[in-house]
Amino acid sequence: MSARLVWRKSLNVFMLSLTGLCALLTVSALFFILGYLLWNGGKDLSWSFFTHLPAPVGEEGGGMANAIVGSLKLLFLAALIGVPIGLLGGVYLAEFGGKTMPFLVRYTADLMNGVPSIVMGIFAYALVVMPMHHFSTLAGGIALGIMVIPTVLRNTESFLRDVPRAMREGAFALGANKWRMVATVVLPAASRGILTGVLLALARVAGETAPLLFTAFGNRYWSPGWNQPTSSLPVVIYTYATGPYEDWHRQAWAAGLVLLGLVLVTNILVRAFLTRGSAYERA
Amino acid sequence: MATVPNAATPGDVPANSSTLSRRWGGADDIAHVITLIAAAVLLLITVLLVYQLWVLSAESRAKFGWSFFVTQTWDPVAGDFGALPFIYGTLVTSAIALFIAVPLGVGAAIFLAELAPPKLSSSLTFVSDLLAAVPSVIYGLLGVFLLVPIMRTTIQPALKKTLGFLPFFQGPAYGIGFLTAGIVLAIMIVPFVLSVSREVLLAIPRDQREAALALGATKWESTWKVVVPAARIGIFGSVFLALARALGETMAVTMVIGNNPKIAASFFSPGYSIASVLANEFSEATGNLYLSALIELGLVLFLLTFILNGLARLLILLTTSRGSGVLPT
Repeated sequence: MSARLVWRKSLNVFMLSLTGLCALLTVSALFFILGYLLWNGGKDLSWSFFTHLPAPVGEEGGGMANAIVGSLKLLFLAALIGVPIGLLGGVYLAEFGGKTMPFLVRYTADLMNGVPSIVMGIFAYALVVMPMHHFSTLAGGIALGIMVIPTVLRNTESFLRDVPRAMREGAFALGANKWRMVATVVLPAASRGILTGVLLALARVAGETAPLLFTAFGNRYWSPGWNQPTSSLPVVIYTYATGPYEDWHRQAWAAGLVLLGLVLVTNILVRAFLTRGSAYERA
Repeated sequence: MATVPNAATPGDVPANSSTLSRRWGGADDIAHVITLIAAAVLLLITVLLVYQLWVLSAESRAKFGWSFFVTQTWDPVAGDFGALPFIYGTLVTSAIALFIAVPLGVGAAIFLAELAPPKLSSSLTFVSDLLAAVPSVIYGLLGVFLLVPIMRTTIQPALKKTLGFLPFFQGPAYGIGFLTAGIVLAIMIVPFVLSVSREVLLAIPRDQREAALALGATKWESTWKVVVPAARIGIFGSVFLALARALGETMAVTMVIGNNPKIAASFFSPGYSIASVLANEFSEATGNLYLSALIELGLVLFLLTFILNGLARLLILLTTSRGSGVLPT
C-alpha cells in the first residue's frame, strides 16, 4: 500500500471514530444529568416533601406541596387555553385551509415556537398582570397556554395529514359531510397522535421557569383560587438553588429530581405509546 | 363563506338531494369558520405580542433612541439605561456555545446518519431528543453546583496556564462568568444541532454516497467531501436554529453568568445577558422608564430570535423540502 493510501485509510478510521465519540459524548450527557440528580436529590426526597408547606425561612425541613399543586394548576390552565385553540387550528390547517392562510399560520406557529419563553412572560405580564395590578395563577397559566398553542397546532396538523385517504373517502362514500367525516373518522383515527402531542407540549411547559417569574411569581403558602400569586416547581428550584441556605440547596436537588422525572417519564411513555402498534407510525 | 372543495375529494357528490346537501353544506361552513377562528387566534396573539412590546417600550425608545444599543451604563437609580453590556453578554455566550456545540452536534449527526445502524441511530436520536426536553432550570442547577466549582478550581486555571496569553483567558477565576454560561448553553443546544443536521444528512440521496465510494473514496471522504457539502445549507439552518435557542435561553444562563452588567474581554469575568437581566430585574422594576427599558430589551430579543428562526426554517426547507416538521420541540 502506498503511503498516501495508508494516510487516507487512517484518516478515515480516525475521523469516523471521532464522530462516534461526539455521539457518545452527547448522549452520555443525559445519563450523567439523570444519575447526578438521582444521587443528589434522591436522598432528600421524603414523604413530607410532597405533603408539607415550605418551612419558615432559615428553618430545616418542610416540603413543596404548594409548589406541586401550583404547577398542576398552571398546567391545567395552560391546557385549557392552549389545547382547544391548537387542536381546532390544526384541524383548520389539515382539513379546511386554502393556500395563503395556512402558510401564514404554519410559519407563524413555527416562529412562535422559537420565541424565548421569557418574552412570553413579558407578554402575559402586559396582558394580565398590568391591568390587574397583581401577580396571579391566571397570568402564569396564560403565559404557558400561549406557549402550548403552536406545538399542539403543528402536531395535530401533521397527525391529521397522516390519516389515510381511503378512510376519508370511505366516510364520504357513506354520505358523510366534511365536518362529520373529520369529527367521526379522521379525528378519532389520529387521536392517539394528537394526545401524545398535547402531552409533550404540556411536559415542555411544565419545566418552564422564565415565563412564570413575573406572572405566577411565587408564594410560600397555599394559593387558593386563580387570582393570587402561586408557587411552582421550576420557580422554587430557581429560588432555592440561588438562595443562601444549605437546606434550600438540598430541597432544590430533590425538586429538580421530581421535575426531571416527570418530564422524562412523560416523554418516554408518550413515545413508547406512539410507536407501539400505531397504524400511522412516525419516527 | 364558501367551503374550499378539495379537488379530488367527492365532498359534494350526493347531489341528488339538493336541499339536503345545502343544509349539510351549512354545517361544513360553520366548522370551517370555527377552525379558521382558532387558527386566526394564533396570528392575533402574535400581532398583539409585537404591538404590546412596541407600545410598552415607547418611553425608552423615545428617550434613548438608537443610543440605547451603544450605551454601557445601566443605572436604574439615575434612570440611565443602555443595552450594550447585555447585548455583548448574549452574543459572547452564544458564540462560545456555538463554538463548542456545532462541531460536537454535526460530528454526532454524521455518526448517526452515516455510520450507525438504523436501530442504534434512532435510539440515540431518542436520547438526544430527551436531552432537549430537560428543563432549563435543571441545567442551571447542575451549572451552579457542579460546573461552577470545577471551572473555578480546574478548568479556568488550566486555560489560564495554557492560553493565558490571549485576552480571553486572563483575570481571576471566579467560576461564574461568560465561559461557564457558554458551556452550559452548548450542552443545551447540541440536541438541536444534532437532530436537525441528522435529518438534513439523511435527506441527501444515496446515489451521491455510492458514486463517491465507487470512485474509490473512503467512507470519510465520501461523507466529508460529498454528503456534508450537499447538506451544508441545511446544516447552517440547524446552526441558526441553535443560535436562536441560545440567544433566548434564560434560566441556566442567569444562574451561572454572574449577573454583572459589565463588558470585559475576559471570558472568566462575570457578565449579564438580555434574557437574564429580564429574569432578574423585571418583577422589581420601579418606574415606567425602567420597565420600558426592560421591555425594549425583550423586543430586541424577540426580533433577533424571530429573524433567526425564520432564516433557519427557510434554509432547512431548502434542503429537506419538509421544513419544520422535523424539528424537536
